[in-house]
Amino acid sequence: SITGACRAIQKLTRVRVVDNSALGNTPYHRPPKCIHVYNKTGVGKVGDKILLAIKGEKKKALIVGHKMPGPNMTPRFDSNNVVLIEDSGNPIGTRIKTPIPYTLRRREGEFSKILAIARNFV
Amino acid sequence: RVSSDGKPPKFQPPPKPVIIDRRTQKEEMRFLSPEFIPPRGRTAPLKYYIERKDMIQRRKVFNIPEFYVGDVLAVTTANPYASDKSSRFVGICIQRGGKGLGATFVLRNVIEDQGVEICYELYSPRIQAIEVLKLEKRLDENLMYLRDALPEYSTFDVNMKPVPRMDHEEIPVNKVQVRMKPKPWSKRWERPKYNIKGIKFELPEHKMQAAQKWSQPWLEFDMLREYDTSKIEEKIRKEVSEELEK
Repeated sequence: SITGACRAIQKLTRVRVVDNSALGNTPYHRPPKCIHVYNKTGVGKVGDKILLAIKGEKKKALIVGHKMPGPNMTPRFDSNNVVLIEDSGNPIGTRIKTPIPYTLRRREGEFSKILAIARNFV
Repeated sequence: RVSSDGKPPKFQPPPKPVIIDRRTQKEEMRFLSPEFIPPRGRTAPLKYYIERKDMIQRRKVFNIPEFYVGDVLAVTTANPYASDKSSRFVGICIQRGGKGLGATFVLRNVIEDQGVEICYELYSPRIQAIEVLKLEKRLDENLMYLRDALPEYSTFDVNMKPVPRMDHEEIPVNKVQVRMKPKPWSKRWERPKYNIKGIKFELPEHKMQAAQKWSQPWLEFDMLREYDTSKIEEKIRKEVSEELEK
């Protein structure tokens, strides 16, 4: 990304899709951007669902890491990472290579399928 | 030597060699962790005394090794969401902040092309073990510029073996000059306020001189900012070593 500001994910942030889905990995002349955060505040942290605009389509996604420093003992990533998701909550990709924070395990019920495809945990 | 008599001079035995055992000498100059030194302010010293007692209590139960900014550590923390209930993270220490029980250190590593930083609290009961894999210092006290440096300078093998080190050797200083990604950076590291010596600036001369516009050469002579910690350090070092030996 170009800007260096450390903030969590909100409307119009450029994000990085980390799973191996076709939608997330095919190159396009515009980076995927967040257009809505499903949250009371418009600020998305790890574990929040957002609406992404990729390749001219709208897709839901789950935040798995952001540049903003969080509580101590939790990891802070160098890029805003996101995993593409269906409306039902099923991930579109089949593998996630980048490390995922352990805090997502707290909501094992909602994110079980995403945690199942994740390889590394931090 | 020629004596006045002409007789041979009185036999003088050679001087006895003085053996200085460096190992016993170094033990006296022990390392004092920077979070013991109280910050400059008008708080009552009793608060820091009580905090130090708690810190020493924790150190008696759990060994916090001597480490500096720039060395590679492996930290195992208790994690209810991890398999085996504990998780291990290896990284280079880029910053040591906080005083007293809230002292923190930030470890950075690049895993699968993703830079990850974790800020650990030194005295948190969740930490189960801290191992120093490679003890060394760098030219700066704060390595936050590694975020804008090429990722090869922040990658460390997760399964690296601890580098063996003798007890009485001096701590090696790694004088590496880090190469940076192209600008823009998260902070303008070329400015004199950060006073960074560990970056190889490949910027043109006029940019480096333009950055010197923001230098504040009067700051080092400002007497109101002076904080001489030598006497306080001596007292605290004696106190801490006495308490730890009990």
